[in-house]
Amino acid sequence: MVPFILLLVIVGSVLFHIFTPWYSTPIASNWSNIDKTIELTFWMTGGVYVAVLGFMTYCVIRFRSKEGHRADYEPESKKLEIILTVLTTIGVAGLLAPGLIVWDEYVSPPEDAMPIEAMGQQWYWSFRLPGEDGVLGTTDARNINADNPFGMNKNDPNGQDDILIEGDDLHLELEKPVKFLLRSIDVLHNFYVPQFRAKMDLVPGMVTYYWIRPTLAGGYEILCAELCGVGHHAMRGFVKVEGKEDYKNWLDDQSTFKALQEEAKLENKEKLAFHKSN
Amino acid sequence: MSESIVPESELEEVELYHAKSWWTEKVFTQDAKLIAVQYGLTAFAIGFVALVLSWFMRIQIAFPELSIISEGTYYQFITMHGMIMVVYLLTALFLGAFGNYLIPLMVGARDMVFPYLNMVSYWTYLVAVLVLFVSFFTPGGPTGAGWTLYPPQAILGGTPGQESGIILMLVSLCIFIVGFTMGGLNYVITILQARTRGMTLMRMPLTVWGIFTATVLALFAFPALFVSAVMMLFDKLLMTSFFMPALVEFGENLTYGGGSPILFQHLFWFFGHPEVYIVALPAFGIVSDLISVHARKNIFGFRMMVWAIVGIGALSFIVWAHHMYVSGMNPYFGFFFATTTLIIAVPTALKVYNWVLTLWKGNIHLTIPMLFCLAFIVTFLNGGLTGLFLGNVVVDVPLSDTYFVVAHFHMVMGIAPVLVILGAIYHWFPLITGRMLHDGMGRFHFWVTFIGSYLIYFPMHYLGFIGVPRRYYEMGQTEALYTSSAADLNVFITLAALAVGFAQLVFVFNVFWSAKKGIVAEKNPWKAASLEWQTPDQPPVHGNFGKELPVIYRWAYDYSVPGAEDDFIPQDVPNEKVKLAKGHSQLGVEST
Repeated sequence: MVPFILLLVIVGSVLFHIFTPWYSTPIASNWSNIDKTIELTFWMTGGVYVAVLGFMTYCVIRFRSKEGHRADYEPESKKLEIILTVLTTIGVAGLLAPGLIVWDEYVSPPEDAMPIEAMGQQWYWSFRLPGEDGVLGTTDARNINADNPFGMNKNDPNGQDDILIEGDDLHLELEKPVKFLLRSIDVLHNFYVPQFRAKMDLVPGMVTYYWIRPTLAGGYEILCAELCGVGHHAMRGFVKVEGKEDYKNWLDDQSTFKALQEEAKLENKEKLAFHKSN
Repeated sequence: MSESIVPESELEEVELYHAKSWWTEKVFTQDAKLIAVQYGLTAFAIGFVALVLSWFMRIQIAFPELSIISEGTYYQFITMHGMIMVVYLLTALFLGAFGNYLIPLMVGARDMVFPYLNMVSYWTYLVAVLVLFVSFFTPGGPTGAGWTLYPPQAILGGTPGQESGIILMLVSLCIFIVGFTMGGLNYVITILQARTRGMTLMRMPLTVWGIFTATVLALFAFPALFVSAVMMLFDKLLMTSFFMPALVEFGENLTYGGGSPILFQHLFWFFGHPEVYIVALPAFGIVSDLISVHARKNIFGFRMMVWAIVGIGALSFIVWAHHMYVSGMNPYFGFFFATTTLIIAVPTALKVYNWVLTLWKGNIHLTIPMLFCLAFIVTFLNGGLTGLFLGNVVVDVPLSDTYFVVAHFHMVMGIAPVLVILGAIYHWFPLITGRMLHDGMGRFHFWVTFIGSYLIYFPMHYLGFIGVPRRYYEMGQTEALYTSSAADLNVFITLAALAVGFAQLVFVFNVFWSAKKGIVAEKNPWKAASLEWQTPDQPPVHGNFGKELPVIYRWAYDYSVPGAEDDFIPQDVPNEKVKLAKGHSQLGVEST
């Protein structure tokens, strides 16, 4: 029974992998190389798994204790151990090398990537796009208040035309590389879109990044992938990848920091006036 | 192997201190064997709590519409489950329980070198467990920060248990480390200083090598956790900012500023990664010995196995940041840590090869301990290979923080070491109690545990491929990822988990029932060559070895030596006393 069940484990695992309905979602970014490294790792490790377990099962069948049978006495075999060491090292290097090459791409955003800030807080997402100057203004968590939820430095000229999207969907232009600058104002979060195959933590006190080039139009859910308190599982956002025209239209509807500030000032004045008149 | 090295005795034997009252004999005992049992029972008791927590978590994941527990409770349960299993169960069991029981017996010592300190170590551990347990009943309950306790959220209001749970958790960890250090120094010094004559380092069984190396790792690694716990306590209670940058909590600007959350992660994983091997190395050692005994064959490549244990131990200190590839640390660290991580795969793979090569041309007895060893190889190999995904930095990116990680670490450092612990209990139970565990219940326990765990964790990897994040109270509406078939898979996993949980109840019953009513074990029932089975009494009494300490003539693996009549030669039997098989005038293999 024992060898039979061991065989079942091996065959069952292989069949499960072939017929599983549960596998990666269709990819929507340029990171197909990541999928390829996964595939490569799968074939190599899967081969080793089947080979080692197959050998073990064979031993259990072939060398199962019998009356009057005795085990061999063979303490070690230098030759065999060296062969196995060398083969394993080659296999491991074969996995590592492509992995590091793709990692180098992952951490090197192209020059022309558009910077977009994704800001996390318990438990929702906000976004900031550079305006026409293409540069994001500086921020500081200490500046944050009801009128300035992004903590913008009001005197920074680069920040005046920044486009602020608080708690709403983010749109991206198809095939346009984007460098996400990730910022948190409270605890750790993680900006994760499974279809993009990419993720990175948001860490309060610093700015982290990764880059992608969206390759498939559609709407994708943003999940938080770093435990951030009781609302962690509900911290969702939405990103829409669309063609140039639609993207332009969306962009035109958004407000800049300056506009929002003036709006707020006006509101405050009205409030003040309202209070005075009463 | 060689029987040449048996040095002259250098010291007179010292009279052993025997306990004089019931209290000092049974409760505040200084006998390492009893301390081991105390450690073991306490670890299993708190481990059982963690097991029950996992049932609630699994029911919540499979049937979110029932809302059997609230969000806050769910996060508290995952936190306590993880921390208890890793630190308070696995570490305490392998080092506190197996270390205490086996080290003196296996190296030929009468006890640990500092028996009083050893006793204090256990009681300190008990206090740590109680402090942790009390947090279930304090206002706000235990912490729900995740077992990694990442700041800032660990000490802020959005996380359950921030009133007192997190404080008790950190204090308990500090107490645990103090207790462990007392025990750990004891294990290391006993192994280095109290081996009997002839017990050279290379004649020690791999069990002792595994526990020894793991203890050294723990003595270096736990201080990193200790300082991070103290610093976080300061951040929480004294408003210091070691790990806290300027931040805003629900619209309110806090007074923290200048600290680094990533610093905590470096300290935590500088402890956390060696911790994996603190659990794994004793398991490696024990499983090597069990396979050898039950296959009636010496462990293949013994010296390679020793160097692999030591090498893995050393390398385990320079791989920690592979837990932090997507933490926001300098991304160029990824190149270094991916390389070191994949290098560590080589000695680990060699160990697996040597286990299966030990079976080759063996005389395999499919006893319950051997079944657990085979199951260990399956699960450890599986978890080790998925480690090649997560260790290879860019492959980790899509899989990190998903169920793939949960499946990986449960397979490699949950199920695999636990299977070894269970196999080891079936193996050494006759030595500890003088009775055998019930075979039928044991086989039932084995099959449900092994097959059940495999059915839990193998398919779980695929949830990770889809991208389902871990630590989610519920998935909600995420059609692209969490299809109805994925939800069905979660129901299946939960059912398997409950079955495995039930099998552990059978095991607990078996242990208590067999300790009283089991078949009385014959002396050395597995015919093992290592020293712990060669004591004059079974179970061994205080002082272990009767009037005179044994003298060691050979390694622990003389099984099926050609020319000998029995298929094993105990370590304390010299060549001239070995009973030769018919037609042999000497042992068939020249000593090396």
